[in-house]
Amino acid sequence: MSPAPPRPGKDLRRHFPIFRHAREPFHFLDNAATGQICDEAAQALLHFETRARANVKRGVYRLADQATAAFDAARASMARYLGETEKNNVVFTSGATAALNIAAHGLARRLGPGDEILLTTLEHHSNIVPWQLTAERQGAVIKAIPVTDEGRLDLDHLDRLVTNETRIIATTHVSNVTGAVTDLGRLRRAADAVGAVLVVDGAQRAPHGPIDIAATGADLYAFSAHKMFAATGAGVLWGKTELLADFEPLLGGGEMIRQVTFEKTTFAPPPHRFEAGTPPIGAVLAMAAAADWLATLDWRAIAEHELGLTARLLDGLQTLPGLRIVGPSGLQGRFGVVSFDIDDIHAHDICQLTDQLEGVALRGGHHCCQPLMHRFATDATARASLAPYNDTDDIDALIRGLDQTIRMLT
Amino acid sequence: MTQSLYNEAIIEAGKDKTRAGRLPNPDATATADNPLCGDRVTIDLRAENGAITDLAHTTRGCLLTKAAAALLASHARGRPLATARALQAAARAYLEGESNDPPFPELAVMAPVKTVKSRHDCVTIAFDALADAAASVRAAKEGAQGEE
Repeated sequence: MSPAPPRPGKDLRRHFPIFRHAREPFHFLDNAATGQICDEAAQALLHFETRARANVKRGVYRLADQATAAFDAARASMARYLGETEKNNVVFTSGATAALNIAAHGLARRLGPGDEILLTTLEHHSNIVPWQLTAERQGAVIKAIPVTDEGRLDLDHLDRLVTNETRIIATTHVSNVTGAVTDLGRLRRAADAVGAVLVVDGAQRAPHGPIDIAATGADLYAFSAHKMFAATGAGVLWGKTELLADFEPLLGGGEMIRQVTFEKTTFAPPPHRFEAGTPPIGAVLAMAAAADWLATLDWRAIAEHELGLTARLLDGLQTLPGLRIVGPSGLQGRFGVVSFDIDDIHAHDICQLTDQLEGVALRGGHHCCQPLMHRFATDATARASLAPYNDTDDIDALIRGLDQTIRMLT
Repeated sequence: MTQSLYNEAIIEAGKDKTRAGRLPNPDATATADNPLCGDRVTIDLRAENGAITDLAHTTRGCLLTKAAAALLASHARGRPLATARALQAAARAYLEGESNDPPFPELAVMAPVKTVKSRHDCVTIAFDALADAAASVRAAKEGAQGEE
């Protein structure tokens, strides 16, 4: 019988080296920017780089063959994390941004002048700029779904935004600013009504447990390893077989070819077609190790834990004078990402002081979401974002730090 | 905990509104942005005989940005236009530890910022705006002389 999974909070925190090494209060609430690396990922990375390092898809000596086999097994791990049986639908990338760029480049040939790409006002710049680059090349038009005052997608007028010209709908799964979860089912139906492709940025969803990719309705799904407690430098673009097969590669060179002559190059089939050059092998193996470990955790307990912390956070924030929550004030349809601003205090002052006073790591800024900041008539917000290793001490330290900050600066 | 970055002098300077606002009919206006956080400083200035006779700043940003803009605005009045570019370089050199001396004594309150690399730009964007505004006055005057 396998041992019971670690309980969320302090028990789970023991699996993360950074918390064991922390010498002073360290309340890490910047998980939406990057998660801390777990033991399993750190060990996989170190093992590969110090004991098993060889390039993949090339050499025939034993070490190289073992590296290639491990890389292939990592693809199977990531497919399992997505509830997918076809591992070749998993493309390894350098991160979610690269994955979305591959998607935008690959879908370009479906776009002509006047065709429409529907984005949302919640998007991270990584799910805006690649589409703008593609739209400019193809003469296509960008539109955006608005958000409500609660920081959720406003789908009331979706039927007006989705037209016969809509070829692509690209959306975040979970907002990195408001924590709101997108109603992907609704967008899937809207896409189906006009034959559009649904692209989902899952960067904020991937750290919160295995994903049922079929249930998301996505045609393409992107996420990065570093947010799901693995190393920086790796990520995944998952795509439906027939879509990936139709894509032109974004980068050329290395093992992404079938045959090269000076007259013409033919490309390898997916996923290798999109993996030009030496891939981030160690980071990919670390990501797979993290995914395998995450799959053993009790995600029902973690979800309850994180929601309890979110409630405590929202309650605490609402006691502070001049504080405005930018996002849902309730617990329904959200993850533990909470943005806020405070009258007359800049987000960077909030972040600097909460770190200085209580050792709280918060993020302040536009969160690579300038259109959303514009929507809420602000330049920057402060943001607390939760992971399974956070506990009530982290929330209480934040509220104490904010209380002191407000007293100091107003 | 980290060493205190926000000393009382910085907090005080950040609240100083003495030279905050716009100047009517400025000889030059320049704006500098910090793309990382969206902070923005706009400086209006008037000049005569190669010296800054009046200036005002409009600052949207954090306490450090506001404090640096306020301190610079107080210091720069009456100084030669030609020193603005040197002030900009001296501020950066001071923050980066290349120089132990602040560009003017009042800026020594920013000493704790030296060790926080990510906040250097908060201090320097006011200096960037002033240097650009001064350069634009000088360029306009030189242009006018050339036309005579």
